[in-house]
Amino acid sequence: MVLVALGGTAALMATAALALTFAQAARARHLVYGVCLATSLVLLAIGLIALLGIHANPSVTTLPLGIPWLGAHFRLDALSAFFLVVVNLGGAAASLFALGYGRHEHAPRRVLPFYPAFLAGMNIVVLADDAFTFLVSWEFMSLSSWALVMAHHRIADNVRAGYLYLIMASFGTITLLLTFGLLAGPDGGYAFDDIRAAHPSTTLAASVLILALIGAGSKAGLVPLHVWLPLAHPAAPSHVSALMSGVMTKVAVYGLVRIVFDLIGTPAWWWSMVVLALGGVTAVMGVLYALMQHDLKRLLAYHTVENIGIIFIGLGLALAFKAYGMAWAAALALTAGLLHVFNHSVFKSLLFFGAGAVLTSTGERDMEHLGGLIHRMPQTAFVFLVGCAAISALPPLNGFVSEWLTFQAILLSPQLPSWGLKLLVPAVGALLALSATLAAACFVKAFGVTFLGRVRTSAAENAHETDRFSLAAMFFLAALCLVAGILPGAFIDALAPVAQGLVGDRMPVQSNVDWLSIVPIAESRSSYNGLLVFVFMVLSGVLAAWAIHRLASDKLRRAPPWDCGYPEASPATQYTASSFAQPIRRVFGSVVFRAREHVEMPSPGDTRPARFTVELHDLVWDTLYAPIAGGIGFAADKLNHLQFLTIRQFLSLVFAALVLLLLVLAIWP
Amino acid sequence: MAVIFDFAVQGAQMLLVLLLAPLLTGFTRKVKARLLLRRGPAVIQPYRDLVRLMRKEVVLAENASWLFRVSPYLIFAATWVAASLVPTFRTGLLFSWSADLIAIVALLGSARFFLALAGLDVGTSFGGIGSSREVMIASLAEPAMIMIIFTLALIAGSTQLSTMAGFLVSPEVGLRVSLGLALLALIMVAIAENARIPVDNPATHLELTMVHEAMVLEYSGRHLALIELSASLKLLLYVSLISCLFVPWGLVPPGAPNGLLVIGLLAYIAKLAIGGLLLALFETSIAKMRVFRVPEFLGAALMLGLLATLLRFVSRSM
Repeated sequence: MVLVALGGTAALMATAALALTFAQAARARHLVYGVCLATSLVLLAIGLIALLGIHANPSVTTLPLGIPWLGAHFRLDALSAFFLVVVNLGGAAASLFALGYGRHEHAPRRVLPFYPAFLAGMNIVVLADDAFTFLVSWEFMSLSSWALVMAHHRIADNVRAGYLYLIMASFGTITLLLTFGLLAGPDGGYAFDDIRAAHPSTTLAASVLILALIGAGSKAGLVPLHVWLPLAHPAAPSHVSALMSGVMTKVAVYGLVRIVFDLIGTPAWWWSMVVLALGGVTAVMGVLYALMQHDLKRLLAYHTVENIGIIFIGLGLALAFKAYGMAWAAALALTAGLLHVFNHSVFKSLLFFGAGAVLTSTGERDMEHLGGLIHRMPQTAFVFLVGCAAISALPPLNGFVSEWLTFQAILLSPQLPSWGLKLLVPAVGALLALSATLAAACFVKAFGVTFLGRVRTSAAENAHETDRFSLAAMFFLAALCLVAGILPGAFIDALAPVAQGLVGDRMPVQSNVDWLSIVPIAESRSSYNGLLVFVFMVLSGVLAAWAIHRLASDKLRRAPPWDCGYPEASPATQYTASSFAQPIRRVFGSVVFRAREHVEMPSPGDTRPARFTVELHDLVWDTLYAPIAGGIGFAADKLNHLQFLTIRQFLSLVFAALVLLLLVLAIWP
Repeated sequence: MAVIFDFAVQGAQMLLVLLLAPLLTGFTRKVKARLLLRRGPAVIQPYRDLVRLMRKEVVLAENASWLFRVSPYLIFAATWVAASLVPTFRTGLLFSWSADLIAIVALLGSARFFLALAGLDVGTSFGGIGSSREVMIASLAEPAMIMIIFTLALIAGSTQLSTMAGFLVSPEVGLRVSLGLALLALIMVAIAENARIPVDNPATHLELTMVHEAMVLEYSGRHLALIELSASLKLLLYVSLISCLFVPWGLVPPGAPNGLLVIGLLAYIAKLAIGGLLLALFETSIAKMRVFRVPEFLGAALMLGLLATLLRFVSRSM
């Protein structure tokens, strides 16, 4: 199994290498994305077979690559298989989308070679079974995605985003390097099997947890390590943005789950406090940041931060239950988190595709220059609406199922004996509820300002429907949102081997439940049936429509808008993205962003226009990153003198360093 | 045979909420009018309004999209399904397990999502102001509601409304601090969710602080009728919810003799009447607040809910 998967990855790498030479050719796009689509589908099938078919015996192999005495270990177990499905589902959809979208790319040589390499990198990360292979493929994934972020390198914002991304990615890799260094110990047992067999001490395990949280969290976009994400994800071409936001953040989640649930062993109870607190803060901060944006792609990227928070809440609860030996509850929480991983990869890819379609059709990412696109791009508008409803956790779509399961897991937590958790979990529950409703507000804004209302600029006026490849990809993902929402039992059952492997128990079998409901614990406790809710909604809507059109009136007349008798001709009088968010900015922003509104009103008789400005501060940047950046700049300035020393001074410096190191060695016990 | 009977009861409940919803609205309006020493329209006036609106033609704004025309049906469907899932006169209905209280609240969230989008569709400033304020209010009211659900679920050990009502009627519950806090918070949320005074004024039409009425300003004819009916259903839902959770006496448990259903029905109608009466009393005795005071009001509800949940986490008896 794993060999076939590696073969698929090798095919992707070969495509990347070939694309270097022929990227300028006329049909290069079709070839590259076609091969990527086919390979992703094969890898998806392998992932599905491994997830649904095998249970106990993972498929392993060792290739003579990498460090000579270690080799490259690969392993396909249930967890890898699940993430293989997530990666390649996203990869297949993005490749299909790109078959059409890629025609708008004006610099294909900067995209085509790196795209398959990026896919290959993500696939190897989830298959790697030793620290060396894991880190190399992780770094490979980071660098190839960095190249894609820099595809449009003439835009100043993209250069800044790429620079920040490079710094944060290297920082994350360094912490992961240290993580595995600590895990492998002085003997250098870098294979994951050796790491599993070793039982690290509690202090060592705690440092590993913190380092892994920083390393994987910076890639996933955990607050306060998220700063690069909303800059870098939107800078890439849209199908790559979808992959980075929908899939690469999930690979980071995989890294954390692999280390924390699989490699370290039994968790201590307070670990979950760290993960839960970070998750809760990330969820609310992410959506509040997103609400303040008016760039559609940046809004989506910030919103990824929120969903990572929700996933981390699920993982944190699973850790807490696991620490106290409540394996069945841990299985519920872990399944909730992993189901959200899957769901988010589906709807976030869908939304980024929609944003890409809008971008190519209008040339605009700024929502305040759009509007009324539902008339010009009706099909894109429809699928984008499905994505918005799904990500806002509205039943009967899929986002609701995973959040509902997370709520059910929270309701089990009073049984935890720890007082810290008893106080923290309700607060995290409130943060989760808050982020869910703010997400709905955020996507009313995103859809309403972009697709509804009146057209604001000529760019939006001349928009047209996108191509059929892009539409096919988006309709496929939208259908998946509905299917996963109304038949969640099948998806929960598919996750059972993952939970079994990581926490030692699984959720009850859902396929036997009557009427395809889901019952996480017991029927008298809680159950949800997306299918019936969907059927009821359709029936009552159709019934109402039929009754009214049959028995009452079906006459309709078009007329100018009413607007209380004073319709204003200028589309500038509509609500914009900023004005829509103004009430929420007043409620939350004055604390979280130190938002201030300034009104500059000229005196009567003065012909200057009145000005209204809003001032927002990113406190994370101001308090954490700006001082560090300032400190590094200051140190660099001071060290600059070292450049201008004479050869004698350099030699004496080298000598001093040597003496110092020898002294350290001599004193070291 | 039993299944057919269960189907009939479930169907009866769906029809019952649909038929009673305008009556509750009309009753509340009538009581309010009498409290203000007006005679007020007849109790059945909402039915007349609905029938008249249904018969009128729809005047649709020129640039309204398909979403604007579909939304009333979606809103109505989601609200009706949610309202039919709350136990009214009998618990343990045939489909009561298909959605628990969290899902019912989320269904109302779906309805609101489409209502807010419809407010933005025509591109008028009134629609925008309504939508943006509605989502601001919802962003505080819904978390408060989730906290209330947490409290009740932790007391009853379930998020299923039938199980909750069955547990809360049992003598072992007694008086609890957390229940009191949850009730207070739930009333505050219900007022905000139904756009009642002091959060919003259902009777005004041209006031800058309006929220709900501003969103639906462009609707007319059958579309408006559906939205009005959904608003009535939502009010009925919240009154049913409060009475089923905090006044669960008179709810007929499953398996009880069928004769009890009549008593259950009468008890339900009495509870609705009392609920409407209290609402009217409350509304006439308080002034509407400025829109940016609403976050403080709902923030208080959220904190009450959080406090109640916290109490349940730290103590089993509170």
